[in-house]
Amino acid sequence: MKALGLMVVVVVGALLLYAVGDFPAWGDPQSPASQHEISRHFITQSIPETAVPNMVTAVLADYRGYDTMFETVVIFTAGLAIIGILGMARLTDRESLKPMAETRPGDRDMIVINTCRQVIPIMQLFAFYVVAHGHHSPGGGFQGGVILGASFILWAIARDLPTALQGIKPRRIVFLAALGVVIYAGTGVLSLAMDAKLLDYSALHGFLPPAPADAVPNEIMARSHGMLIVEIGVAFTVSAIMFGIYTYLSSMGRLKGGL
Amino acid sequence: MDIFQDIVIARFNYWIYVILMMVGLHAMIVKNNLIKKLIGMSIFQAAIILFFVSVGVKDGATIPIVSHHGHAEESAETWHSVDPGHPDEGAVHDHGHHEINPDRHANPLPHVLMLTAIVVGVATLGVGLAVSQKIYREYGTLEENELLEKLRSNDG
Repeated sequence: MKALGLMVVVVVGALLLYAVGDFPAWGDPQSPASQHEISRHFITQSIPETAVPNMVTAVLADYRGYDTMFETVVIFTAGLAIIGILGMARLTDRESLKPMAETRPGDRDMIVINTCRQVIPIMQLFAFYVVAHGHHSPGGGFQGGVILGASFILWAIARDLPTALQGIKPRRIVFLAALGVVIYAGTGVLSLAMDAKLLDYSALHGFLPPAPADAVPNEIMARSHGMLIVEIGVAFTVSAIMFGIYTYLSSMGRLKGGL
Repeated sequence: MDIFQDIVIARFNYWIYVILMMVGLHAMIVKNNLIKKLIGMSIFQAAIILFFVSVGVKDGATIPIVSHHGHAEESAETWHSVDPGHPDEGAVHDHGHHEINPDRHANPLPHVLMLTAIVVGVATLGVGLAVSQKIYREYGTLEENELLEKLRSNDG
């Protein structure tokens, strides 16, 4: 079995290494990926078409908005699966589990807790900046959501899980994650209701604030604002699910004890 | 020697991805422990992510974000502040008139694909770990051969 597995790995690796010679060299500006019309279109047209300087966000939330919507659904589903797999066990075989060492708040180190008290608000503020400024600088819903989720996880590590879960109860994790998907899909359906295509934010220009000083048409500014809305939806789902994954995995679904 | 230089030295990045991928695949196929299989899956995933990011590298290009401070000051002003006194000036300095050179910016598409792939990868890894925890709780082991033995004895 081991020899067979190693043979499969070596054959696959050898085939891939054989193909390496056909690949473009490192950083070659003439490589097919860089020369493709799609790449050129995204780079040159994302500002005139969407008024978003960060092309990654423009492609993520607008040109490939359909893809990103279902990536968000995948994350939501994965979170539900984890809560379902481990949360159900909590109800059925609670007695069979070995008791976990209970931690009291006094057991925790004061320096750790007070440092976290100072750091976590800054982390969360930075997370909001990354989400809200994601179409002008590196950032966006996924990155900001992960930072926000990490700040909750830090609090859960510094204190213990029941303390961290006082703020965000398990049911609220699911609610916030679902809210994110609803914000994203709702924006898409709203543009559908405005007689445009799904996730075509330019149809929403009637609801969104107009462009400053007529620098760009309102329809184009609406695409920029629409991207911000769906990024906020993504951030809700990602941060809630990241915290949910940590709480359920670290305690095997018991939601008790600390790290 | 020239062939060696052409295939190995000039394209060392692909060699790293292929070797990483082989490490991950080997762990997924051969290792007995379910957690080690998951670690192998993560290494495999890292190889794919590195491969896609390296496809987006372009010599002489910067990050795929247009700097709107690098252009004329006036156009930056029309973007950031509403100037009711000079509405015509804003229309003249429309941002769309600035040509963006596609050779100066990296291809954004691989970055977009990997951005979502990383977060989705974390979520799916979480599902894998949750299933492993459940298996451990049910059978008391994460070794594949012991699991198969217990499953067979349960059936019999």
